[in-house]
Amino acid sequence: MEILILLLALFVLSLFLGVELITKVPPTLHTPLMSGTNAVSGITLVGALLAAGGDGSPMLVNVLGFIAVTLATINVVGGYLVTNRMLAMFKRK
Amino acid sequence: MNPNLINFIYLVAGVLFILGIKGLTKPKTAVRGNMLSALGMLLAVAVTLLTINEVDYRYIVAGVVVGSLVGSIMALRIQMTSMPQMVALLNGFGGGASLTIALAEYFSTLGAAPTSMADILVPVVADSSAFGVGTEGTFALIAIGLTVMIGALTLTGSFIAFAKLQELMKKSYGLPGGPVGNAILVLGALTAVVYLVLNPGNMGAMLAIVGLALLLGLFLVMPIGGADMPVVIALLNSYSGIAAALAGFILGNTVLIIAGSLVGTSGLILTQIMCVAMNRSLANVLFGKMAASGETIDADEVYAGKVKSAQPDEVALMLEIAQRVVIVPGYGMAMAQAQHAVRELADAMEAKGVEVEYGIHPVAGRMPGHMNVLLAEAEVPYDKLVEMDRINPTFEDTDVVIIIGANDVTNPMARESEGSPIYGMPILNVDKAKNVIVIKRSLSPGFAGLPNPLFAMDHTLMVYGDGKKAVVEMTTALNQA
Repeated sequence: MEILILLLALFVLSLFLGVELITKVPPTLHTPLMSGTNAVSGITLVGALLAAGGDGSPMLVNVLGFIAVTLATINVVGGYLVTNRMLAMFKRK
Repeated sequence: MNPNLINFIYLVAGVLFILGIKGLTKPKTAVRGNMLSALGMLLAVAVTLLTINEVDYRYIVAGVVVGSLVGSIMALRIQMTSMPQMVALLNGFGGGASLTIALAEYFSTLGAAPTSMADILVPVVADSSAFGVGTEGTFALIAIGLTVMIGALTLTGSFIAFAKLQELMKKSYGLPGGPVGNAILVLGALTAVVYLVLNPGNMGAMLAIVGLALLLGLFLVMPIGGADMPVVIALLNSYSGIAAALAGFILGNTVLIIAGSLVGTSGLILTQIMCVAMNRSLANVLFGKMAASGETIDADEVYAGKVKSAQPDEVALMLEIAQRVVIVPGYGMAMAQAQHAVRELADAMEAKGVEVEYGIHPVAGRMPGHMNVLLAEAEVPYDKLVEMDRINPTFEDTDVVIIIGANDVTNPMARESEGSPIYGMPILNVDKAKNVIVIKRSLSPGFAGLPNPLFAMDHTLMVYGDGKKAVVEMTTALNQA
């Protein structure tokens, strides 16, 4: 229960931090912000790795884990690459 | 590995994500920010790989290889005009990942998985203590249920958003009763979550959550028109973040919670910005149609005999003697692939000593900030892209405004005509400029279906035709002048 409260505290504080940070991003960069945060939400990859392929798990769990790893990796790799592509266009003068 | 060390590295990863978003607050530091964020991701993934033992790595390696290939191909091949579709797809995959993680966690904790229909119907004997003792078990089950629900609806909702943006699905379909039908689906899914918490071994309840939430995603997005998709994408973006944060609660993982909540707030704030820019509430975008106008406005009456047109070379003469010109682009400009032509026109004007800026309405593209990306691709410097609140006071000192591919966001009825459905919507006050040039194929209305009195004003000239061709002709004439 104590851990739960700590996690909840982390969650609430992160929400406030998110509001402070995101409101400072200029409209010009809102599209890269969306694709960039999308890549960040690929952090579920960590969860997917923890869920994937435990030895002796039912086959269904392994399959679900494989799907989770694949989808989260698409999010991470695709998200960061496309964000980088866009931001590079803003950089040049 | 020492669990304290692992959690410390997760903390470092979380800090890198925060620094990454902080980098996005300025175009100059944005690339570095994105790199920092990616570094955080690499750290988090690497440390996780080191922690897990007794694991069949084949599934992980296969998933990473397939995912990296698909992700890179998508990212490198996508056209900038199609960026909203890309983000919609990525959102969908994020939702799908959260969904499958929660399902895998559920079945592996239960220690059983359905192998036939009969297994689904006969609940496995399990008490909630399998998921944790007392409140913790209950909370874990609630988190699993909600993650499955949000993940599933993000998955199907995003794919519908993609289909709408890609114009694969042009019609709108909704449940009978509209919001009521959706509310019944939401209540059904939540009931199934409660049932699952009370009977953790009931796989039927879990499948009901999945099925109802998948349907909910379909029916939430299908009735919404293509022009409202920016709001939907931003909202789904927020859902995928919330789903990630919930998954963090299931696994007791701090970095998932930090990253998920950052993404969740980002999506919500962008949703809010889009709604304000369209002068509509979120509920109205999701469930309503544009309010029917109190009195039908006859387009012929607005335009009759008052609209004047001009040829591109006549416009070039005006541009040559202008001191300040503002270009107002809309999505129509991107449709006509005219970004590069517009930038060349701006270059030609600047060569003649004209001050040129771009006025960007928040909903100018198909997603927040989309127009800026499209113009950046055409090598327009970002400091020339001026947002609505800063460009509006400058129109009175502007000699010529060139509107290309935009309509409703320049309609003065939003400011003046109280009965109008778009009344109160923030617009670019282009009518305050000394001369207004509108490049457009015809006098057809924009998305709001309203005539635009701007076109009939004394100081407005219409240039009919293809946007790109008209702009190229203006540039040629200007260069010869």
